[in-house]
Amino acid sequence: MGNGTSIGRVRGLGAAHHGAHHWLVQRTTAIANVVLMAWLLVSFVMLGDFDHGSVVKWLSQPVAAVPMMLLVISLFWHARLGLQVVIEDYVHDAGTKFGVISALNLAIFGGGAFAIFSVAALAFGGQA
Amino acid sequence: MNQRPLSPHLQVWRWGPHMLVSILHRATGDGMAVVGLAVLVWWLGALASGAEAYASFQGIMGSPLGMVVLVGLSWAFFTHMMSGLRHFVMDIGAGYELKTNRMWSIASPVIAVILTAGFWALMLTK
Repeated sequence: MGNGTSIGRVRGLGAAHHGAHHWLVQRTTAIANVVLMAWLLVSFVMLGDFDHGSVVKWLSQPVAAVPMMLLVISLFWHARLGLQVVIEDYVHDAGTKFGVISALNLAIFGGGAFAIFSVAALAFGGQA
Repeated sequence: MNQRPLSPHLQVWRWGPHMLVSILHRATGDGMAVVGLAVLVWWLGALASGAEAYASFQGIMGSPLGMVVLVGLSWAFFTHMMSGLRHFVMDIGAGYELKTNRMWSIASPVIAVILTAGFWALMLTK
């Protein structure tokens, strides 16, 4: 292990052992996305009417609220993995990369939590 | 580091459907991750915040520009889904023969456009 070229610095260290996990979770969430997005789009077509009352009535039922929460988790997780790869491809400076990935994590958890809380608020009848 | 030789990049290759489907997968995925999730969060947040907040969401997303965004997102979804399904087939080791690979590289985005049109036809006629 030298400190010359970038390959020289990592040669002999072995794999990080995180690649397969990332790949598997990306595929797992992809399958969930296909199933749950199919449910969402079919629901949109069936719903027809997008007035506040109609959508709230539909989404506050357990059979709609639960898949919506699962969809939010699956979509945000999948997006998190995909954007991570893009960042790793184009942001080469280690410090900047750490900062951008941290910002991504905050946005994903913040956005996901807000979305799930909104569905829960509707389902538990706190609003509207 | 900057003086090291680089392999020939984008500009020297003749574009093929495989390159198009590959970059479309990333572009549509990134687009949905940024714009699509923002619209989803806004939609759910507006629903939970009450009729007034929802009306302003509907006012903007129901405008011509908003509809362009929604149709664009649905196209991005179907395109990403089709190229994603193509990846699942390639994950099991199938579809690497040149002709087959080329055929599905062309078919995936074309099927996605048909699915997008079909979805909006159902939405607008229902």
